[in-house]
Amino acid sequence: MAKTVVLPREPLSLSERTYLPQIVTGLKTTFSNMFKEKVTLQYPEEKPIIPKNYRGVPTLVKDPNGREKCVSCQLCEFVCPPKAIRITPGAVSEDDNSRAHVEKAPKEFEINMLRCIYCGYCQEVCPEEAIFLQEEYSSSGYSREEMINKKDKLYELGGTLPDSHYKWDKKKSAEDDGNDH
Amino acid sequence: MLDFELLFLVGLKVLFALLMIGAVMTMAGYSVLAERKVSAWMQGRVGPNRTVLPFVEYIPFLGPYLKKMGIFQPLADGLKFLFKEEIIPGHVNKFYYNLAPIVALVPALTTMVVLPFGEFFTSDGESIPLMLADLEVGILFILAISSLGVYGIVLAGWSSNSKYPFLGSIRSSAQMISYELAMGLSLLPVFLWVSEPGTGAMGLSLVDIVHSQGNAPWLLLVQPLSALIFLIALFAETNRLPFDMPESETDLVGGFHTEYGGFKFGIFFVAEYAHIVVGSAIFTIIFLGGWHFLPWVADPWPSTWVGTLIGIGWFLAKTIFLIFFFIWIRWTLPRFRYDQVMNLGWTKLLPLALLNLIFYVLLVTWIDQPAS
Repeated sequence: MAKTVVLPREPLSLSERTYLPQIVTGLKTTFSNMFKEKVTLQYPEEKPIIPKNYRGVPTLVKDPNGREKCVSCQLCEFVCPPKAIRITPGAVSEDDNSRAHVEKAPKEFEINMLRCIYCGYCQEVCPEEAIFLQEEYSSSGYSREEMINKKDKLYELGGTLPDSHYKWDKKKSAEDDGNDH
Repeated sequence: MLDFELLFLVGLKVLFALLMIGAVMTMAGYSVLAERKVSAWMQGRVGPNRTVLPFVEYIPFLGPYLKKMGIFQPLADGLKFLFKEEIIPGHVNKFYYNLAPIVALVPALTTMVVLPFGEFFTSDGESIPLMLADLEVGILFILAISSLGVYGIVLAGWSSNSKYPFLGSIRSSAQMISYELAMGLSLLPVFLWVSEPGTGAMGLSLVDIVHSQGNAPWLLLVQPLSALIFLIALFAETNRLPFDMPESETDLVGGFHTEYGGFKFGIFFVAEYAHIVVGSAIFTIIFLGGWHFLPWVADPWPSTWVGTLIGIGWFLAKTIFLIFFFIWIRWTLPRFRYDQVMNLGWTKLLPLALLNLIFYVLLVTWIDQPAS
């Protein structure tokens, strides 16, 4: 068991009792602080450094070939706890050679940012790695309608992310090689 | 019959008075900015740096610099007060509630009447002090008027009819009474020292005080203890931290001005800073040699209008340093507890001031004794 040690407290000297030397020390501290580097972030001009894996505004991304990745499976819509996502599926025409095997694409994709809680479930659940919560964190608008991110806005925010799978390309090349399953 | 010469003199005095008010109010406004800037720097922030007049921003080099220093911030602050809604709460005593800010501002602006801020040399080489009214009892006038400032605070606290302003004003009056004594007593030895021995001249004039420090040690070096006591009392009189009992925003919301808003609050605010400006000027005059150069050094500038301007500038520089010192102390020391303030005032400063007075009375008597 730790023993309590009572430290002897020296009586204050005369100069200490006037507090003046201490005040001078304090003045020195505050004065030297004046010339130190400022910690202020000049916000709109300077942005904070966003850490990795930051969960910002959910966005839709395209693959490096500029094709949209979302296949309108609606898993994100299903998993979204506050029901912020609404997808209207549309068909991908079979003639579109660059998107072979992909059957659907979202005709409309809406994320209501007034509802979104930035949980990241949509990113986690997406089988196509098409939806990401990226670095953008400030969304603002003058009306409720403005706060609903439409498909074009989502793609604009998302941009293009590197893709390590090219799932549909592989599928297509496999079919071309006669490995169709 | 109209005496035109008299009318001209009166007009001139009015003009000077307006100029002086303008100068002091501007300094008060900019000490608010200085407070914000200095506090920001001391806390590792940058302070106000967004306000700018249209087009000024586009002046090369100077424009962005002015913006960065927040030079136009006082303008915006003042305008903000003007455009705010004047709310008069239902529970106040309306007459005194409206009167209080005026009562607070008037003494702050009155004391500057007797402040000498420079000297002018006539063609004969005679020096005329630059001040609105050369009172023989200058310091007495200042002590008398500046303590009237507490009436504004007491009136505000009482007429607000609410607990926090009331507590603030009670603290303020107690504090003022406590520190006024020490302040007066700390100044007595100074005037004893300055009065010429033998001649029987016993002036209380601020001009004589300044002249006595030209080409001679400043009174700060002659009487450091008096200066220290005076400075502490000055902090208490101007309600500055660590003595800002009437305001003490952490325990009394806003202190005496809790119920005030809009321009009436602005007047209190300006009065507070005007007090600081005038107090700094008084300390400069009495202890820092006024417009004289350095201790033991004769003024290096010529006895012409150039010297007058440099002297005024030098005086202003000292005053501005003191204002900075006020701010510096504020962001260094925490606030005293109310009983500590009273304790310090009555059991430390007052006896110290008395001892100081007795010591200097004996010393002056010993120095002045006729050689037998």
